[in-house]
Amino acid sequence: MSILHDDDYILAPDRRPLSALYSRNARAVIERGFRVIKSQNWVVLVSGFFEPVFYLLSMGIGLGRLVGSVQGPSGAPISYAAYIAPALLAVSAMNGAIYDSTWNIFFKMHFGKLYQSMLYTSLGPFDIAVGEIFMALFRGFLYALGFTGVMAVMGLIATPWALLLVPAAVTVAFGFASFGMAITSYMKTFQQMDVITFVMLPMFLFSATFYPLSVYPEPVQWVVEALPLWHGVELMREISTGAFSVLTLVHLLYYLVMILVGLAFTTRRLRALFLR
Amino acid sequence: MVTSVRAAQPVITARNLVKAYGDVNAVDGISFDVPAGESFGLLGPNGAGKSTTMRMIGGVSQRTSGQLDIMGLDPELQGPEVRAHLGVVPQQDNLDEELRVRDNLIIYGRYFGLSRSYLAQRADELLEFAQLEDKAKARVDSLSGGMKRRLTIARSLINDPKILLLDEPTTGLDPQARHVLWDRLFRLKERGVTLVLTTHYMDEAEQLCDRLIVVDKGQIMAEGSPAELIRKHSSREVLEVRFGTDRNAAAADQLDGTGDRIEVLPDRVLVYSENGEESLEVIRARGLRPMTSLVRRASLEDVFLRLTGRSLID
Repeated sequence: MSILHDDDYILAPDRRPLSALYSRNARAVIERGFRVIKSQNWVVLVSGFFEPVFYLLSMGIGLGRLVGSVQGPSGAPISYAAYIAPALLAVSAMNGAIYDSTWNIFFKMHFGKLYQSMLYTSLGPFDIAVGEIFMALFRGFLYALGFTGVMAVMGLIATPWALLLVPAAVTVAFGFASFGMAITSYMKTFQQMDVITFVMLPMFLFSATFYPLSVYPEPVQWVVEALPLWHGVELMREISTGAFSVLTLVHLLYYLVMILVGLAFTTRRLRALFLR
Repeated sequence: MVTSVRAAQPVITARNLVKAYGDVNAVDGISFDVPAGESFGLLGPNGAGKSTTMRMIGGVSQRTSGQLDIMGLDPELQGPEVRAHLGVVPQQDNLDEELRVRDNLIIYGRYFGLSRSYLAQRADELLEFAQLEDKAKARVDSLSGGMKRRLTIARSLINDPKILLLDEPTTGLDPQARHVLWDRLFRLKERGVTLVLTTHYMDEAEQLCDRLIVVDKGQIMAEGSPAELIRKHSSREVLEVRFGTDRNAAAADQLDGTGDRIEVLPDRVLVYSENGEESLEVIRARGLRPMTSLVRRASLEDVFLRLTGRSLID
């Protein structure tokens, strides 16, 4: 270790964009995430995988026996289980991403003090946000892979296109995760956090997850069609049966815009979220 | 403590720093300079604004107004670049409980973008520094409070910082550990590392700080070296006399003129004086018979209590 002289104390400014918030080192946050997963109890990691599987078993098989077969996206009849399975995958991608980008961030911010220690290094809020979103998407990827496997085992997949369910689920998760962090930046207490659940639950139940959109009167249909989960559900359903149309592109475009707007929103809110 | 002889440029320049939380100004117009290689202390009671000032220096708390220059940069605009050269020991240990002891050092180093091979060696050096070699693979929550503190301090050195910010570094340490830490900090100072520390241990401030500011309610109450502050705000010696709890106040009325200043506490009376023994003679000559008496050198603690008051602050 050398002796410091006065000249050593003169720093040159970093003139690259976002230099106040970003050190181009999100990979260090990701590296930490993987090291934690490696030393973690695997039960914790896989617990999130079972939620949609339980829904699929109870609703798909149980309720499905009463319902019989329904009209699929291509017009051909499919089993009720095959109808709701892709929707449940979309829901699970949404829930996982929202949990990671809201509750998880909120908890680590206020109680775990993890970000406090990260922010005292060269890392900026943007590095942390990118790293944490990546880890959330990685977890979403694992769950989607597992759930698609369960669908295959249950005979609910009829086309090789269904492999695309996995990247599509990650896209849906990305859309929600990019918004979740920005929303968390407005939250100060646990009570406020409960608002998130209050919004998510009806979206889960009413986004044509368990029955077709046509059951609603037209004005209600418009509202549901504006919601992000409906686009996710429809996208997944079309992929699972290989029944693509122009609407598939619309759904994808919806998520592309959601991701871009969400990231811009989150970036704007980073100071409020991390630098109080 | 030996003062460095070179006339160094300031590496930290703060001008009229203000941090408001709602209607309250936690920091209310603080200005100071810290030259390179100096060991600079912030003293003050709880809630005086010390930690908030430290957080603003690190660029992790946005100031409400005022200017701040760290090594030529504004930490709010160049946070990552400034913090690449800072080491931070926060008031409360914020170790990564999900990682093992050695991984805490390595991953923290990765946050600075340091290479794995460099960190493997540096982590072992720092484990030795913190006397935690045999705990390398232990879980953080299995460490004692003192061990966690040592690990936090070791972690702050992973990037070879030019400026080390220590927020109450020895709170919760036993005397042995405190002295080990003071020794390590002194060695860093000899290498030219600038130290900025907050403390409310006066002996620590006297041991470690070349210069310090006393902060109360977000404002600077006094500034100088420990010796200067004692000279300016206290007499050379303090005579402590006890007459019994119910008689102290009555006795104090008869002590006028025995010292520069008299202070009555519930359990004793303090006589601030240039010569404590002489004052005691005068008191005895007046026919007063204290139950116990003690003459001591005035300390930074006397200055601190005089400037910030004796009432408790929560």
